[in-house]
Amino acid sequence: MNMKKFLAILVALIMVFSFAACGDEETDTFADADLRVGYIFIGPINDGGFTQSMYEGAVASKEHFAGAMDFKYRENVTEDTQEVKNTGLSLIDEGCNVIIACSYGFGDAMKELSEEYSDVTFLHFSGSMKNDTNFDNWFGSMEQARYLTGMAAASVSESNILGYVAAHPYTEVQIGINAFTLGAQAVNPDVEVKVVYIGTWGDAEKEKNGAEELLNEGADVITYHADSTAAQLAAAEKDAWAIGWNFPKNDAGDKYLTAAYWNPEVYFNYVLQNILDGKFAPESYYGTMADGLIAIDKLNDAVPADVQQKIADTKAKMEAGEFEVFTGPINYKDGSVLCEEGKTLDRAGIWSINSEIDGVSASSTN
Amino acid sequence: MNVKIIKRKDIPKHKEVIIRIMAVLLSIVFAGVILLAFGLNPLKIFGAIIDGSAGSEIRIKQTVLRAVPLLITSLGIIVAFKMKFWNIGAEGQITMGALGATWVALNLPEGLPAPFMLGSMMLGGFICGAIWAFIPAIFKAKMGTNETIFTLMMNYIAIKFVTYLQYGPWRDPGAQGFPKIAKFTENAILPSVLGVNIGWIIALICVAIIYVFMTRTKKGYEIAVVGESVQTARYAGINISRVIVIAMLISGGLCGIVGFIQASAIEKTLIAGIAGGYGFTAIITAWLSRLNAITCLFVCIAFAMLIQGGSYIQVSLGVSSAISGLVQGVILFFVLGSEFFLQYRLEFPKKPVKEVA
Repeated sequence: MNMKKFLAILVALIMVFSFAACGDEETDTFADADLRVGYIFIGPINDGGFTQSMYEGAVASKEHFAGAMDFKYRENVTEDTQEVKNTGLSLIDEGCNVIIACSYGFGDAMKELSEEYSDVTFLHFSGSMKNDTNFDNWFGSMEQARYLTGMAAASVSESNILGYVAAHPYTEVQIGINAFTLGAQAVNPDVEVKVVYIGTWGDAEKEKNGAEELLNEGADVITYHADSTAAQLAAAEKDAWAIGWNFPKNDAGDKYLTAAYWNPEVYFNYVLQNILDGKFAPESYYGTMADGLIAIDKLNDAVPADVQQKIADTKAKMEAGEFEVFTGPINYKDGSVLCEEGKTLDRAGIWSINSEIDGVSASSTN
Repeated sequence: MNVKIIKRKDIPKHKEVIIRIMAVLLSIVFAGVILLAFGLNPLKIFGAIIDGSAGSEIRIKQTVLRAVPLLITSLGIIVAFKMKFWNIGAEGQITMGALGATWVALNLPEGLPAPFMLGSMMLGGFICGAIWAFIPAIFKAKMGTNETIFTLMMNYIAIKFVTYLQYGPWRDPGAQGFPKIAKFTENAILPSVLGVNIGWIIALICVAIIYVFMTRTKKGYEIAVVGESVQTARYAGINISRVIVIAMLISGGLCGIVGFIQASAIEKTLIAGIAGGYGFTAIITAWLSRLNAITCLFVCIAFAMLIQGGSYIQVSLGVSSAISGLVQGVILFFVLGSEFFLQYRLEFPKKPVKEVA
């Protein structure tokens, strides 16, 4: 074919496009909302885990504010400062006046941006960074939900080995592991929790490999602190129980035991209302099972009735503020004391946890 | 069907222009079909990519921030590729450069004046990047090892080594147990000119230096001769091992400077992902610029616009990152594909026609 003829056909095709594309001018309502929120997500919004939980929270919150709140987002943002800052700037450039950054590693970029853009409010999930005016962090007492799922796990395990695929050997993750272990020990003192650290918050391949390693070592219940549901899939393949995390998504069929998850709209509605009313002040928000930020999914019928009852009772006590997960005596696995007998850990105490407790064995694939 | 691929000796200018235009149009058509299939308006998306990379001051700055590491890395790769030394190890050389700069930043006294601190960090970055390139270079020069595999594997060693430091000896005790390295102090952070860190000035200086070096100096000429033909170079009395080593020291050193800029101005510390894929993207830009430093400047700006625009459409139009990546991939596919047609042509030999008596 003659080259010029080809070129002419191409141009014609493109012109057809421009006609096909006409006439879908949607009206932009984003600029009309008082609360224009920009979300930065670490994973894809349909990951069945952490990012989906945050995204669904944003959708629920938009509904709640009926027109006063609208949001834009970017998914799959890697935890390097250039990428995060770039995304934050793009969102501000689009008119956002609130930025919600949903991952620990986004914190440094938020801190920098909060200094440059004093009229924008920055809300960072996890960590402890904040300032006095427009930068705050938020998190929740996930140890409560982890404790309850630990009880459920121990009640169905026959090998008495529970597998835990974990991200980084870092306080936030270790709180969850330790709480899960305490819950499991409350039902069966002989249970052992095996942990594999995979060195990333989200990498489906590594999550699955980690779970398989644990299954090969005899674990018959798998839970995880990572962003996707890959560990659930690995468990279901080997006919082992799976406990979800972050978002109540069942990817293990009949073997789905329950899940510890977030209801982020509880926080979004609260903090955005404060911003709307001009009452926002950084406070390092810490949600609980009582206010609903933290939840556990309905239990599988395989959990024995007496344990189901025990879990329900413990949950009720947690909500009433009568039950502390970290109540002594608790020792670290090296024998040193985490919490003395008769004492409980307060929030600061919980957030200085730096290892796994007695009953846990941990290894790292990194 | 019988197709012959024939290398073009020379291509008339107008034909070259037509092929390039066709590549761009084809990419628009194909990307357009994909976008339409997802129910998106292709023209709006293409418009948004340009708008998102050059439509406001913030966006232009973001594009520049992406162009700087890409450009300097491409320059480093150009020096190696000119010699037909396939340096796939820029990613690792950037990482080691960042490591060198970070070591300097964490170990020199805190109160040091910024110019001295930054100068030392840059030197540290250059040296470490150069060392990382020197290792495969000396093996190639002395033993004739395959540099493609060697440099590629060196990437993983560099990145894993940083991970080790992050979890081990360099771990910041003040980070709630999170495995990360401490932030730099103020005097170890690159200052900004016109709102963007001075990496962009360093990049422009590098363009000028590499252009002059490759086209106007004896060493640059020797590199080109070794690339054209090792036999000729040997015959002309060029010390080939020496040329390979020197070229790779420069190549790796430039990548090391990228590591320094990214660590100092962007991350303000060292992370395992500091190279951010620039080491691989730069292979494409170096190739597209036909190993010319000046052309490379424009190719890298265009590429940075594509990356930045792709990131922007996700935010402004809510396009998923997968679709954004797909559009970038399609554009690349056709632009790279057109390079093939600029160098080769296809011939369809006609079947011999039977003569009817």
